[in-house]
Amino acid sequence: MRVEFDEPKCVAAGQCVMVAPDVFDQRDEDGVAIVLDAEPGPELHDEVREAAAVCPAAAIRLVEP
Amino acid sequence: MNRIVVVGASAAGLAAAETLRREGHSGSVTLVGEELDFPYDRPPLSKQILAGEWEAERLALRTKEDFDRLDLDLRLGAVAVGLDPGARLVRLAGGEQLGYDGLIVATGVRPRRLPGRGGHVLRTLRDAVELRKRLGPGRRLVVVGAGFLGAEVAAVARGLGCEVTLLEPAPVPLAHAVGEQVGRVLSEAHREHGVDLRTGVTVTGMTDFGVTLSGGELVAADEVLIAIGSVPNTEWLVDSGLPIDDGLVCDAFSAAAPQIYGAGDVARWHNPRFGVSMRIEHRTNAAEQGMAAARNLLHPDARKPFTPVPYFWSDQYDMKIQAYGYLRGHDTVDIAEGDLAGRRFLATYRKQGRLVGALAVGLPPKALRPWRQALITQEHQ
Ligand SMILES: Cc1cc2nc3c(=O)[nH]c(=O)nc-3n(C[C@H](O)[C@H](O)[C@H](O)COP(=O)(O)OP(=O)(O)OC[C@H]3O[C@@H](n4cnc5c(N)ncnc54)[C@H](O)[C@@H]3O)c2cc1C
Ligand code: SF4
Repeated sequence: MRVEFDEPKCVAAGQCVMVAPDVFDQRDEDGVAIVLDAEPGPELHDEVREAAAVCPAAAIRLVEP
Repeated sequence: MNRIVVVGASAAGLAAAETLRREGHSGSVTLVGEELDFPYDRPPLSKQILAGEWEAERLALRTKEDFDRLDLDLRLGAVAVGLDPGARLVRLAGGEQLGYDGLIVATGVRPRRLPGRGGHVLRTLRDAVELRKRLGPGRRLVVVGAGFLGAEVAAVARGLGCEVTLLEPAPVPLAHAVGEQVGRVLSEAHREHGVDLRTGVTVTGMTDFGVTLSGGELVAADEVLIAIGSVPNTEWLVDSGLPIDDGLVCDAFSAAAPQIYGAGDVARWHNPRFGVSMRIEHRTNAAEQGMAAARNLLHPDARKPFTPVPYFWSDQYDMKIQAYGYLRGHDTVDIAEGDLAGRRFLATYRKQGRLVGALAVGLPPKALRPWRQALITQEHQ
């Protein structure tokens, strides 16, 4: 799984950080998301899928084989 | 559960359809949507799209490949006109009937209008493109209603060089939603940016030259945007026997009837976390409720109440407003951090002593997170 993040779309809602804290964080100054792990291990896949689904800006796209 | 029909192909309906697949539903999923466009995101309509910063393609919620993978029966341009829960049939305009074993209602809302003809509304991509074409330097825009939508459009239109008049019946815009003090801060921002904000005025009608006020005065305009709230799209359900009261009425699980769930802007449900029935018109709620509805429909023995802490954001001028909770009906507002005049502050909202929400302007989002946590962990009756 690869995480693609469309930064300009991010509205800094932080939903991704709450669902998948190992994979996403937010910048302190403006809250825009940061991808901590662009190729998360299988144990994280469920929460990353949840984060992509819940992101209100459709800024997270997952490329899965 | 073999055939699932989702009516409404936007944020909530799409989240529901995706969740059904993610949770392993291998039967059919039919996604019915009135609009012809592939599902797209609405919040940028009053922001980047109206400002001309983004092309429409950027709004797509998912790519064509994503849809292929989901293996949906996607019916764009299809309108549901009736429901027979006894026979488990959704009737489409044109006469086709879709049988279902499970149904998710996600038909959203549409803008309220003023009596009389003319005026723009802003809900769809087409609305935004149409309005965008008519705005530009020197154009006179009258915005009726200074809620979040009206305020965002006023801000963007100023940026495009329009002369903007913002008309609001209440003495302070958004007072019921964010409290009077915060409403005043937002008003001042409009005035500073050259918007002619007039409060306490009632619009009675529209003419070819502008809008008329209750005193008889005409406010001249080249374009008028009506932003006076929305109406849930439930007409297609009136003969179904489902409970309708400003939205499709759902229980704490987001269910309106056995095997029928509601999600997104159209759904009114009982949120046990706040102990009230609410209908939320926020983007994150649409996705979260779509997901919750799909899960509860698929797993009847492991249903979970839908108990979100609502979240919304709004961008006006250089202000980013973010809020958690259900602020409506609050009786006390405290400024917990920063100051109002500097437009960098965090306000907390209480009802009968109990925390019901927190709102921040111009602060890092992390400032709000402990308050969200507090909303989750405090005791509930
Ligand atoms: C301009 C604008 C700006 C916004 N900005 C923000 C913001 O900054 N922050 C925020 O939190 N929220 C914002 N929102 C709100 C957010 O976009 C909505 O909460 C969200 O779109 C709700 O999704 P939904 O799927 O429930 O409903 P909708 O998006 O309304 O979708 C319902 C769909 O169902 C279709 N439909 C209706 N009736 C039928 C029928 N009978 N048969 C078939 N299809 C039907 C409709 O055509 C529509 O496509 C904004 C909304 C708008 C319009
Ligand atoms: S959920 Fe989406 S919009 Fe919110 S911070 Fe994460 S990426 Fe950005």
